[in-house]
Amino acid sequence: MTPSQANSAEIHSRSGGVDTTHNIILYVENVTVSFEGLKALDDLTLYVDDGELRCIIGPNGAGKTTLMDVITGKTRPDSGTVFLGQNLDLLQLTEYEITHAGVGRKFQKPTVFQGHTVFENLELALRADKTVWHTLTARMDAVQRETIESTLETIGLTDKMNSRAGLLSHGQKQWLEIGILLVQEPKLLLVDEPVAGMSHQETEHTAELLKSLAGRHSVVVVEHDMDFVRSIARKVTVLHEGRVLAEGNIDEVQNNPKVIEVYLGS
Amino acid sequence: MIGSASRQITELHSPRTWCGILAVLAAAAVVVPSLNAFTSPDSFLHVPDYVIPLLGKYLCYALVALAVDLIWGYTGILSLGHGVFFALGGYVMGMYLMLSIGGEGVYKSDLPDFMVFLDWKELPWYWRGFDHFAFALFMAPVIPGLLAFAFGFFAFRSRIKGVYFAIITQAMTYALMLLFFRNATGFGGNNGLTDFKRILGFSLQEPSTKRGLYIVTVLVLFCSYLLCRYIVKSKLGRVLTAIRDAEGRIMFCGYDPLNYKLFAWTLSAVLCGVAGALYVPQVGIINPSEMQPSSSIEMAIWVAVGGRGTLVGALAGAGIVNGAKSWFTVAMPDFWLYFLGFLFIGVTLFMPRGIVGLVGRLFRRGVS
Repeated sequence: MTPSQANSAEIHSRSGGVDTTHNIILYVENVTVSFEGLKALDDLTLYVDDGELRCIIGPNGAGKTTLMDVITGKTRPDSGTVFLGQNLDLLQLTEYEITHAGVGRKFQKPTVFQGHTVFENLELALRADKTVWHTLTARMDAVQRETIESTLETIGLTDKMNSRAGLLSHGQKQWLEIGILLVQEPKLLLVDEPVAGMSHQETEHTAELLKSLAGRHSVVVVEHDMDFVRSIARKVTVLHEGRVLAEGNIDEVQNNPKVIEVYLGS
Repeated sequence: MIGSASRQITELHSPRTWCGILAVLAAAAVVVPSLNAFTSPDSFLHVPDYVIPLLGKYLCYALVALAVDLIWGYTGILSLGHGVFFALGGYVMGMYLMLSIGGEGVYKSDLPDFMVFLDWKELPWYWRGFDHFAFALFMAPVIPGLLAFAFGFFAFRSRIKGVYFAIITQAMTYALMLLFFRNATGFGGNNGLTDFKRILGFSLQEPSTKRGLYIVTVLVLFCSYLLCRYIVKSKLGRVLTAIRDAEGRIMFCGYDPLNYKLFAWTLSAVLCGVAGALYVPQVGIINPSEMQPSSSIEMAIWVAVGGRGTLVGALAGAGIVNGAKSWFTVAMPDFWLYFLGFLFIGVTLFMPRGIVGLVGRLFRRGVS
């Protein structure tokens, strides 16, 4: 066992104990990230409640993707703190340890395992001991099979379970990717532009899917499409130049003069 | 326990495929040696003595191809340095064979001839223990495995991928070749290790010893194939192909690709080391030319020709390319490298899935 494996096992056992007694799942406090002098995030502070469905909007370059990168460990901030619950310091963990701790991320471009079937995609993502030796000897049990089947139902791909993921439509790939995240039973789900490039019908289906997840999971959605945001969100955070510009329900935000200025540029 | 293990093995293939595999195994391990041993040299069915070690050599190459397929075909990591692991396994076995010559060398010394020639008075410390067969057998997979583990750990941890990784493996094999070319390194310089007399007391000149080595090679290859098949059919195999297809996503599924790559990479080197150890007593020599960058590239070509990510393609590719090489180097020695180059280009352009892909397509067309 390498040290990093031992560490991951420890994280794994601890992850059940994400402390959300204050009803907050994600604490982002005073986070600054700069790329060659340009501040992508500027002293950003943001809290997400446990079980909440939160939308983050903002013009290009507002720092939405950088924020996601910081939470998932892909980018390290220059200063600030990021906690999952009250007790888990995400800045101390590597990318896959953060995943073990219960943060799932859906990328902008759908990335599924093209060569594997839909079923196998979910199998790989299942919450399990993910050390090499265990994976070599792993056999699927009834509970795991059930988890996969119920997830297939949630994302509406039951009849596609034996097709290769590479052959799915764009929308189906996005749902499969959400399914990949769901079987990992994440505490916090980060979803990056889920409806970009989707047909109207697919967008509606996606909205239903995300709404059905709220309560069971905390979900953060980054999106441009205001109609879509209106259809799912209870609370919206507007980012601008790496700072929180406004926060509130969709009507408050849309009537906020600062937001109007940023969006309309007047 | 044994029952579940045997069930897991039989599940690796359909019953029909198993019949085919066992038929090939029986032909290779029983029929061929019998035709060599029990038929008269005039008989039409006779397998001449020189063919047995030649086939044994091909089987060693097939084992190498299997190892390359595991890391390249399934995990997506192109290595152009597997010749090093093969050669190291070969050198380990060569050291045992050298020491088992005893005082029968040209100089009638207990030291290997090349050391006498260099005026060395005693064995270097790193040659100690290799007079025991069991120790050599243990070290043949361990030395290449350790090198691969150390090399892989640093390369994969730094997230070196694709063509950069391939180039570094070329540099590795080149550097080790230069090291082994030096007389002072203590492995016989450019002549390498040769003039072996016996293994475990059996003369290497005897046809029966050659048959024995050949049969052992068949069995080792068979077991290695089953091991690889077990791996690629397991969940771990699906993780390896997932690393090949979308490494970022597998990381976000909670797998640490480093450990998986390191596992496949080290196992692949170990199999190469075993192949090298089987190769040397049958071919009778090991020298640094096995570490030439071009030999490692050839190994990748075997797999590309046969078909990546299929295991059986790797076996076929190693056989076909080396069969062609044996024929060419006799009939048209100057044209072999041209042919190899054209073969590689042709396969890349017209048969991306290799011979296995082509056969599969023809077969499906025939059925429909």
